[in-house]
Amino acid sequence: MKVAIIDYGAGNIESVRNALLAAGARATVARDPEAVLAADRLVLPGVGAAGPAAERLERSGLSEAMVDAVRRKGRPMLGICLGMELLAEQLLEFGRTPGLGWLAGEVVHLRDAGVRRARVPHVGWNTAEPIGEVRRFFEAPERMRTFYFCHSYTLVLRDEGAVAARTEYETPLVAAVLDGTVFATQFHPEKSQINGQRLLRAFLTWAP
Amino acid sequence: MSALPKHRLIASLLVHNGHVVQTRRFRPTNDVGSAFTAVDFFNAWAVDEIIVLEISPDERHLERFEALVEGLSRRCFVPLTVGGKIRDPDRVRAYTRAGADKIALNTAALEQPRLITEIADRFGRQCVVLSIDARRNPDMPSGYEAMGGRGRLPSGRDARAWAREGVALGAGEILLNEIEHDGDKRGYDLDLVRTISDAVDAPVIAFGGVGAWEHLVDGIRLGRAQAVAAGNIFHYTEHSTKKAKEFMARAGVPVRDSTFYKIAMPRRPRYAPF
Repeated sequence: MKVAIIDYGAGNIESVRNALLAAGARATVARDPEAVLAADRLVLPGVGAAGPAAERLERSGLSEAMVDAVRRKGRPMLGICLGMELLAEQLLEFGRTPGLGWLAGEVVHLRDAGVRRARVPHVGWNTAEPIGEVRRFFEAPERMRTFYFCHSYTLVLRDEGAVAARTEYETPLVAAVLDGTVFATQFHPEKSQINGQRLLRAFLTWAP
Repeated sequence: MSALPKHRLIASLLVHNGHVVQTRRFRPTNDVGSAFTAVDFFNAWAVDEIIVLEISPDERHLERFEALVEGLSRRCFVPLTVGGKIRDPDRVRAYTRAGADKIALNTAALEQPRLITEIADRFGRQCVVLSIDARRNPDMPSGYEAMGGRGRLPSGRDARAWAREGVALGAGEILLNEIEHDGDKRGYDLDLVRTISDAVDAPVIAFGGVGAWEHLVDGIRLGRAQAVAAGNIFHYTEHSTKKAKEFMARAGVPVRDSTFYKIAMPRRPRYAPF
């Protein structure tokens, strides 16, 4: 099985690759549409600013290849942090950035999402509370569901049906979404030690 | 379900001329051996995050340091923050390519504050940790001055004002050290930690001076820091991060429940060990 990490110039590709290797995957880095289409599974990582990231995905033809691989061919994809936020229709970061539009909703600053007193960015280990039938990704007990978060923006969905897990940071925030063959997290499984490894393995063996 | 994230326990490694060292008042005292061994310990045990700072007097060892970061990132499955010698976004790129998740800025930001914004715009605000080395100075409004050049150069900036400005310019976290407390085992400078923590709305990491586990608890309870970091105390002591974490948990500080087994690597890393 070939797992491709989509490199659009944002962030910690090496960390993601190391974590996938440790989880037992043959992980390669995809920088062009051909490499995306050649993979069995995709990972859209993300650390960085939304504007340049969305622009580069579009311009390089990577987003079109993702639509083909994931939406048409049904290959599983894992989005991480900004990689989850980019799935929304638009991102309200330094103005308006159009996202991929796979999820009906938008990405707003934490201060505009009900986080008034707590510090921003939301940095640290927090608990993901699963919603619905997502046992594969979030096994009980609670201590196995703490993950590393590091973000200033959050996903607000119009249809909450795609929410797979929430976390509490003064107010409930979307921690993960599940939509068709896409699973995405606001937190960083690649940086969440053994709990993250367990989640990556669950993704690698997922047959949606 | 807890309303706030767990408080983080952070281990810091200081790399001086290619060696991991202990320091006292910002001067290297002794070598503590392999960074990889240290990180294996941290990972296998309880640490929540790792900060690696390059503190050599010049840039001769940077290539070796990058190789070290690359090696660390292969065995580090918690966030890795890398600092030292960052003067432009290209150095940030080099560190993130080597596997850094966040970077720590210090002297260059004091000289050129716009650098914070430049890096935040490109890599995201959550990637930028502003490292402040403070020293007591009664002439400053907060009583502390921010120092550059590994604590040797007075910047003329008030530490509290600088923390506020840094966050306004785009820093996502503040890493806070007090020079006289570094390596002194008296605990953090709690006045400083509280002053800065109350002044900004970004997370604050207390650093410098931990000599006993209760100092970690004090940093959070009395200093109101979101995370606590230590270096020297974790070297030499077996299971040190695990013991620190257990102490924090027993004291009632919400911390991540640690799992104490190692993540097996699929193949031998390619770096040359030091």
